[in-house]
Amino acid sequence: MKLLVCVSKAPDTTSRISFTDEGRSFDESGVQFIINPYDEWYALVRAIELVEANGGSVTTITVGDASCDPIIRKALAIGATDAVRVDTTPKDSTQVARLIADYSKNEGFDIILCGKETIDHNSSAVPAMIAECLDLPYVALATSLEVSGSESTIVTEVSGGTNNVTVSGAFVLSAAKGMSEQRIPNMRGIMSARTKPLKVVEATDVTQTTEVTEFKLPPAKGDCVLVDADNAEELVRLLREEAKII
Amino acid sequence: MSVLVYIPTHEGRATKVGLEVASYAATISSDNKVVALVSGDLTEDGGIGSTGVSRVLHFEANISDNSQISKLVSAAAKAEGAQTIVLSGNNEGKAIAPRVAISLNAGYVPGVTSTTGGKSFTRNVFSGKATAIVNVQADISVVTITPNSFGIKVQGDSSAIIESFSTEVGDERVTLNSFTPTSTDGSVPLPEAVRVVSAGRGLKGPENWGIVEDLAKALGATTACSRPVGDMGWRPHHEHVGQTGITIRPDLYIACGISGAIQHLAGVNQSKVIVVINTDPDAPFFKAADYGIVGDVFEVLPKLTEAIKAL
Repeated sequence: MKLLVCVSKAPDTTSRISFTDEGRSFDESGVQFIINPYDEWYALVRAIELVEANGGSVTTITVGDASCDPIIRKALAIGATDAVRVDTTPKDSTQVARLIADYSKNEGFDIILCGKETIDHNSSAVPAMIAECLDLPYVALATSLEVSGSESTIVTEVSGGTNNVTVSGAFVLSAAKGMSEQRIPNMRGIMSARTKPLKVVEATDVTQTTEVTEFKLPPAKGDCVLVDADNAEELVRLLREEAKII
Repeated sequence: MSVLVYIPTHEGRATKVGLEVASYAATISSDNKVVALVSGDLTEDGGIGSTGVSRVLHFEANISDNSQISKLVSAAAKAEGAQTIVLSGNNEGKAIAPRVAISLNAGYVPGVTSTTGGKSFTRNVFSGKATAIVNVQADISVVTITPNSFGIKVQGDSSAIIESFSTEVGDERVTLNSFTPTSTDGSVPLPEAVRVVSAGRGLKGPENWGIVEDLAKALGATTACSRPVGDMGWRPHHEHVGQTGITIRPDLYIACGISGAIQHLAGVNQSKVIVVINTDPDAPFFKAADYGIVGDVFEVLPKLTEAIKAL
C-alpha cells in the first residue's frame, strides 16, 4: 500500500504564546517546534504500522520553508519511507490543502492521513479540503483504522458517540487520539533518517482566501475567589447569585 | 447580505447546535435574508422558525456522507446566491464546511466565537491561548461556529415556510455499519455541554469516580477528565479535555483534583466560569479560576453535591 501522511510544524505544547508585528505574526523567538502531535502520534505512527504489516511505503508531505526540515527528519526517523516538502510559507489552510492535492493527484496514494487538527490554528480544515480537491471520500476524527485489500474499516468520533464505517478505494482520513501510541525514534531510525530522500518541490500557483489581520492574547483573568472547604453552600450561593450560572 | 445555514436535525427537529447556528445567522444578516437548509426527516419546520429564520429549504433524502452533504450545501448556496454559509462547528460540521469552501472557492473560517461584522470573524487559535481576527478575501465566506458560543435566541413562535429543494449529490462512499452512543444515561455530548464536571489524578483511582458522577448528575452536567486519567485508562479517551483532547467552552467548568497544566488549561480556559477544587493551594489552576476551594475532593465533592441538591 502507498500511504501519504501530512505533517505540519507546530509550536511545542508548553510554548508561551506571544505576537510581533503589531499582533500580525506569531513570535517564533525562543519557541521549540515539534511535529504537530496529531500528525505524529496518530496519523504517522498508524501509517507506519500498516506498512510494517502489509508492505508498501509511507511518504510524508509538508508545506513550508526549510525551517521544517528538522521535523521532517524526525518523521523519517520514526519510520516514514521518504518525504516531500512543498517549498513555500503557506498563508491559510486552503493554500496548504490545494498544494498537497496538486502534488498528490497523480501519485496514486491509497490513503492520505492527516492529524485531526494542528495545535496552532486548530482549524481541522486541511484533510476535508484535500478530499474535496481530489473528489475523495473523507473520514474525520478516526480512532481506529484497519485495512483489508482495498477495503478500510474505521471507527470515528461523531456527535454523541462513535460510528463504525467502511470505505472502498482511496480516501482521506483525519486521525484522533486512540489511533496508535506515540513512538520514540531509536538510534537506527535517527541514523537512517539522514539519508532517506527528502524531495523539495516548488509550490504551484495557489492563492490564499483568508488573512489573519490580528492576533490577541485573552484578557487577564481576575483573582480567584476562595471559598472555605467546609462551606460548599457559599460556593453554590456565589454560582447562583454572583455568577448567575446555576 | 444573504446567509445560508445548514441545520442538523434529529427525529424531524432541529438539534440544539442547529438552532444555535440559525440564531447566529439571524444576528449577522441585518436585512434578515437567512435561508435554512435541512436534509432528511423534518416535522413541520423542525422548530427553526422560532429563531427568526423564515425560509427552510428541505432536501428529502437522508444523507450522512460529508461529500454528499457538502454537494447539497454548495448547490443550495449557489441557488440562493448566498454570500455567507454557516454550519455548526461540531464534528460533522467540521468535516462538511471545508469541502463547501473549496467547492465554492470561498474563504473558510472555522470555530467563530464572535462576529466582527462584514467578512471579518474572530476565532480561537493556539488551543485557546489566543484569538485571531480573520478577514475573508474571497467573495463568499464559509464559517462554522463553536458550539455554545452564541446560544439559542428564540424570537417568537412563528413558523418558517418549507420549500422542497433537490439536487444531484452523488453516491454515498462512506458506508455506516453501526453507531455506538457514548453515554447511555442521556447526558449531553461533551463538546455541547453547558456544564462540565472534570476530574484528574487527585481522585486516586477509577473506583472513586462515583463522587464526580454524583455532582455531575446533581448539576445536569457532563463528566470529563484530564489527560493522565485518560492515558491510565481510568476514564475513556473521549472524556479527555485539553490541548490534545477536546476543547470545550461550557458555561460552568468544575475541575476536581486537576493541577492545571498549561496543556489542560488550553482546552478549557474559554469556559465562562471555572471552579477549581484542589488540596494544593499552589496548583496553577487557581490562577485561571473564578472560584476555588482549597480542600480534599473526597470531602468537598459530597458536600457540594448536597448543597446543589438542596437548591
